[in-house]
Formats: sequence, structure tokens, C-alpha cells
Amino acid sequence: MGQGVLLTESADIDFMIHGVFSYELFGQTVWITTTHICVLIVMLVIIAFCLAANRAIKYASEVPGTFQNIVELVVEMLDNMVGGVMGKFSPKFRNYVGTIFIFIFLSNISGLFGLRPPTADYGVTFALGIMTFTLIHYNQFKYQKVKGVIAGLCDPWPIWAPINMIGEIAVPISLSLRLFANVLSGTVMMALIYGLLSKIAIIWPAALHVYFDLFSGAIQTYVFCMLTMTYISNACTTD
Amino acid sequence: MEFNTNFILGCSAIGAGLAVIAGIGPGIGQGIAAGHAAAAVGRNPGAKSDVTSTMLLGQAVAETTGLYGLLVAMLLLFVKPLGK
Repeated sequence: MGQGVLLTESADIDFMIHGVFSYELFGQTVWITTTHICVLIVMLVIIAFCLAANRAIKYASEVPGTFQNIVELVVEMLDNMVGGVMGKFSPKFRNYVGTIFIFIFLSNISGLFGLRPPTADYGVTFALGIMTFTLIHYNQFKYQKVKGVIAGLCDPWPIWAPINMIGEIAVPISLSLRLFANVLSGTVMMALIYGLLSKIAIIWPAALHVYFDLFSGAIQTYVFCMLTMTYISNACTTD
Repeated sequence: MEFNTNFILGCSAIGAGLAVIAGIGPGIGQGIAAGHAAAAVGRNPGAKSDVTSTMLLGQAVAETTGLYGLLVAMLLLFVKPLGK
């Protein structure tokens, strides 16, 4: 390549996904990338937290200690969030929404700890979108039956069906692209600041970390879970 | 050809710059949403948390089109689909 695109040729700007090692599977080369390792680290943190929380709740005391207080706060917050949006359907979907909330939130803020956020890989967010998509349509068929689904597809007139179908398929794509692009833009911006301004990037990038990792990550987590809950409770409602 | 590759890369950079103009629309939209939310809180301060969460949700959905422009720019700059 020529020198025209300076950015990608310079060695100290680095926000791409790297392969760590590869192996052969059915004649194809499959790479274990940095994303896999970051997801693994996030998962280990969540598992350790869960084990400690399980222990704290099992030996719960009447006057809660610090850790038990934190666990109760998190669970109560998630319960209130799901209950406020989904109403009577909330007991069924509390565990799913809580799980993806904690996973996405920890993934988004893992940029603070020097990892490359796993949600800045389209593979991860698309998997989350597909999970939500499956849940939406499973519940739609369960609650509205085949008749209701077909009636919803031919909403104003039957000729509208292809457009409605495209709208249904666009849901997981826009859901996952929104999360991906937000986290990726933060990652790229921080990589550019650390790469191009490395001489003067002393303390002030901390403020940008607060915005790009903490604030933006929390907002996008909230939005993803909110939209998931709205779509699912729409699919559950029969009219 | 040497000239051809450089020419295509330069055009890709210009295209990336044009693609992020898509950020104008979401910016205006988010500003309007925030302004109306501020007016709503001024009229009914008790509903502040509800208004804020609704505003954030609407803004995040409105942001999507701008992010598509950003993604196109990223693809043009870093993946370079045309320069190969």
C-alpha cells in the first residue's frame, strides 16, 4: 500500500483484533483471537463474582455486610428495571435480561482495565442480537399462535407482508450494530489519542475514559436491555 | 498499477469523510429530543427520572443512522475494500 493512508501504517496505533494462535478444524484454519481471550477474562470475573455472591447469600445475616449489600443492590436494581418495563411477564425474562445486562456492562467497561472490549467485535454483538431475535420469535409463536403471527405480518394489507418481514429481520441487525459501533468508536478514539498524542497524553485521557468507557458503555447496555425487553413484551402481548 | 492504488486510497479517504456527514442528522435529532426533555422536566419536575430514561432510549435509537455512516467510514479507512 502507498503512504497515502498514514494511520494504518503507523505501528503504535492499534485497535484491530489480533489472532493469538490458530488450529485446524475440518480442514479450515480457525483463529483464537484477542476477543476470545477478553470474553474469557470477563466470564472468569463474572463467575468469581457469582461464586462469592452465592456464598454471601447462603450464609446471609440479618444485618447485611458490605458484599451482601452490593449483591442485593444489583439484584434489586435488575428486578426493578425488568419489572418496570415488562410488567406481568417479568418473572420469566428476569434471568435472561439480567445476564446480558451484566455481561454487556462488564464487557463495555473492560476497556478501562486495558482489555480490548469484547463488544467491539461484531461477532459478539451479533450473537447477542441473534439470541434476542430467537427469544422474540419463540414467544411470538407461543403467545400469539400461528394465526396471530400471520395477522401481524399482514398488518394493514396482505401486500405489506414482505416489508414487515424485512422489518423483522432488521431488528437483530440494528440492535447489534448499534452496540458494536458505539463501543468501537470509543475504542478507536482512545487508540488514536494514545497513538498520535502519546507525548502529551499524560493524565487528561482519564476524563475521556470516563465518557467513552463508563458513560457510553452504561448507556448502551441500558439501551440494549431496554429494547430487548420492549420487543419481547410486544411479542408476548396478545390483542 | 502504482497510480491506480494510490488514487483509489485517496478516493476512499474522501468517501470516508463524506460518509461521516451522516452525523449531522442524529446530532440535530438528539438536540431536539434533549430540548423537549428539558422542557418536560421544567413543567413536571416529579417525572424527571422517567423523562430522562425515555429521552436516552429515544436518543440512542436516533443515533443509529449516524453510526451507520461511521461504520462505512471505518470500513473505507481501515478495511480498504476498494484498494485491494
